[in-house]
Amino acid sequence: MQQPVLDEAKRQLAVCNACRYCEGFCAAFKAMTRYRAFDTETVVHMSNLCHNCQACYHSCQFTAPHEFDLNLPRALAAVRVESWESHVPFPRASKLFQSSPLVSLIAVLVVSALFWLIAEVPWISSDTFYDLIAHDTLVLIFSPVFVVPLLILFVGLLRYWRTVNGESITWSQLRESLRSAATLKNLDGGAGQGCNYEKEDRYSQARRWAHHATMYGFLLCFAATSVATVMHYGLDLVAPYPFLSLPKLLGVSGGLLLTVGTSKLIYLKTKANVLLEAPGRRGSDYGFITLLWFVSTTGLLLYWLGGTQLSSSMLILHLAGIACLFISIPFSKMVHGFFRMAALIREAQLRGV
Amino acid sequence: MKVELPEITPDTALIAVGEGQFDFDVIVVGGGNAALCAAIRAAEAGASVAIFERAPKEYRGGNSRHTRNFRCMHGSPKGVLTDSYSEDEFYEDLLKVTKGNTDEELARLTIRESEACYEWMLEQGCYFQESLSGTLSLSRTNAFFLGGGKALVNAYYNRLESLGVAVFYQATVLDVVIRDREFDGVLVDLDGTQKYIRGRCVILASGGFEADKDWLASAWGDAARNFLIRGTPYNTGEILKGVLAGGADQVGDPTQCHAVAIDGRAPEYDGGIVTRVDCVPFSIVVNEEGRRFYDEGEDVWPKRYAIWGRLVAKQPNQVAYAIIDSKSKDLFMPTVFSATVTESLDDMAQQLGLPEDEFLATVQNFNAACQDGDFFPTELDGLRTIGLTPQKTNWARPIDTPPFYGYELRPGVTFTYLGFRVGHDAKVSFGGVPSKNVWAAGEIMAGSILGEGYLAGFGMTIGTVFGRLAGEGAGGYATTSA
Repeated sequence: MQQPVLDEAKRQLAVCNACRYCEGFCAAFKAMTRYRAFDTETVVHMSNLCHNCQACYHSCQFTAPHEFDLNLPRALAAVRVESWESHVPFPRASKLFQSSPLVSLIAVLVVSALFWLIAEVPWISSDTFYDLIAHDTLVLIFSPVFVVPLLILFVGLLRYWRTVNGESITWSQLRESLRSAATLKNLDGGAGQGCNYEKEDRYSQARRWAHHATMYGFLLCFAATSVATVMHYGLDLVAPYPFLSLPKLLGVSGGLLLTVGTSKLIYLKTKANVLLEAPGRRGSDYGFITLLWFVSTTGLLLYWLGGTQLSSSMLILHLAGIACLFISIPFSKMVHGFFRMAALIREAQLRGV
Repeated sequence: MKVELPEITPDTALIAVGEGQFDFDVIVVGGGNAALCAAIRAAEAGASVAIFERAPKEYRGGNSRHTRNFRCMHGSPKGVLTDSYSEDEFYEDLLKVTKGNTDEELARLTIRESEACYEWMLEQGCYFQESLSGTLSLSRTNAFFLGGGKALVNAYYNRLESLGVAVFYQATVLDVVIRDREFDGVLVDLDGTQKYIRGRCVILASGGFEADKDWLASAWGDAARNFLIRGTPYNTGEILKGVLAGGADQVGDPTQCHAVAIDGRAPEYDGGIVTRVDCVPFSIVVNEEGRRFYDEGEDVWPKRYAIWGRLVAKQPNQVAYAIIDSKSKDLFMPTVFSATVTESLDDMAQQLGLPEDEFLATVQNFNAACQDGDFFPTELDGLRTIGLTPQKTNWARPIDTPPFYGYELRPGVTFTYLGFRVGHDAKVSFGGVPSKNVWAAGEIMAGSILGEGYLAGFGMTIGTVFGRLAGEGAGGYATTSA
């Protein structure tokens, strides 16, 4: 990790720790009170605990033009994104995905083209949902696309766990962290008033709700795929499924939530202050959220288009989007959820849960 | 709300806005807690209100942006406040710190009114938090603002925006025109242009004069030039001085200021809370001649930090050095600047620029006077020196275990006491007769109640209570005289 980024976070944390007015906002400030000085693993841990609610910035009497020049949301965000890249294997891939929002777009186009080619190759069964691309072909492509990125991410998380001196995880630690993540406790401002984001120093719940819609939408879509997998292999029930089936109900509701949530997140981001985020990441953040939006929107369109001619093109775009989303998991903003979960668990351990 | 003002001078004011015409019903001078509470109340009463805040938006809020809580009476647990805190107990606490230098009627009014402030502040968009780590002793008496004073100030400015109050930043009020106890208007410098603005009444809430070192020096001598100012550089007291010269009744005198010992490397202004150095009770404190000058262990730090500003101010060049050894390094709040760390006391003397022989002799004599006994950092442990002058009456442990840690201390001025004498309605009086339409709130009148000493969070209590009173008075006056 780059020393200047760490040093700047340490400098700012020393000022914060002598003040502590923000203690009630979030877990990161509560964690701060355990320390007198901040070593690298502590800074890395705190950076992933920080949810970028920005409340501490707007409440701070030492922000620029004050000579202490505090901007803790940005300082911790800078450490945070570096901590992902330095722990996940293939940092060049991360650099690539973080370099521009266009990377995701180009990836989707390239993969779509690939799928088109594959669809032209004549190992096709013609009587089912899979008449465009054979089911076995899909499985052949998507198994590694699912599994390899998750393996890479897992290695990254293991390395991170070593950096922050993580211990073996208990059920109660996991329960508490999951509750925190499920409610986005650390975006509630400490008194339930929400966070500072799109309205400067006014609190708002908008980002929390938009993130909830996105996260739960994604999980519902994931559940839809999982249920369909079980139905396919376990129950020998082959797609397409009727509307009143679990995969469709989960998928359509998840898709709607994901589309609405990501749209709102993008809108809020246009209103938010770029100087309170990790430097140089606004573009790739847009790219990541747009990719999620693309996947959910093409999925919904696929459903509405039914058996029309357009649906085959839409299926290709949708599948390409999913493939790119999964390939980019360990290298994109997607990792934030996993590292933050790790930080929440580690924080539970450090608090003696 | 953005308001365009006509460019005029005091002489042409009446012509510009016309006899009996006003730019605003209520003019508030200042932009800190008291000013904001006053503006909110006046606007709620239906008055048109303008606030003139001298600071730019980033520094708005005066010293309130550095505060963290307010002291609040309550009969039973209330929100973040535990247990109860009665009027009499609150008043007793005030008597102890002011040594009776208060006005009982005004003090009890402030205390009683503080209880209703809690809910009112919540209604304005303020949030409270549990008392901060290391401040458990205040969890019963003081309600902490979530995010501190700047968050409170933000909430109030947002409230003002919803109420349609006109807020002018970088607006220096140059003169408050009062004739025969009656306010007429203010001359304001707005972004380099002078404008005369008329109002039906005025609320003066522009703080003390601690940032005017000339004024401090006139009372303290040149020593004041070495003082650090813990809060806003904008509290230079011109309004206070001008209106006092115009015959307003005064409380306190200019030698009175609240000063604590802070880190000598703090910025000259606005260092705020983080520049505190809490290691004094576990240290020996020497002046630049290497000699001790006061009992570092007289009482627990929250009860003694406020006398150390004056103690250091009386030392040569207004500087002192607190030295601890590694036994004590984790016993106090972390400091914002790191200590001077050395493996030997000779090195410490050298690095701090102390006369080596004198300093080493001081430590040697101190160490020799320390006695065996049990050390309890959080209570008066009676671990005292014997045969030493000045003695150290608690937590006296030899400074003998390297590494050693040294902190430079200087006086840091928090606020001044000199101000307007106000009545129970927050009105300023002239020659004992209350003004018709001039109110005051906050530090500019706090000396009416807090004659000396300090009680944590009481400044914000006075500001909130009298800000509200002034706002209600001015709002009522403006809307009935319209």
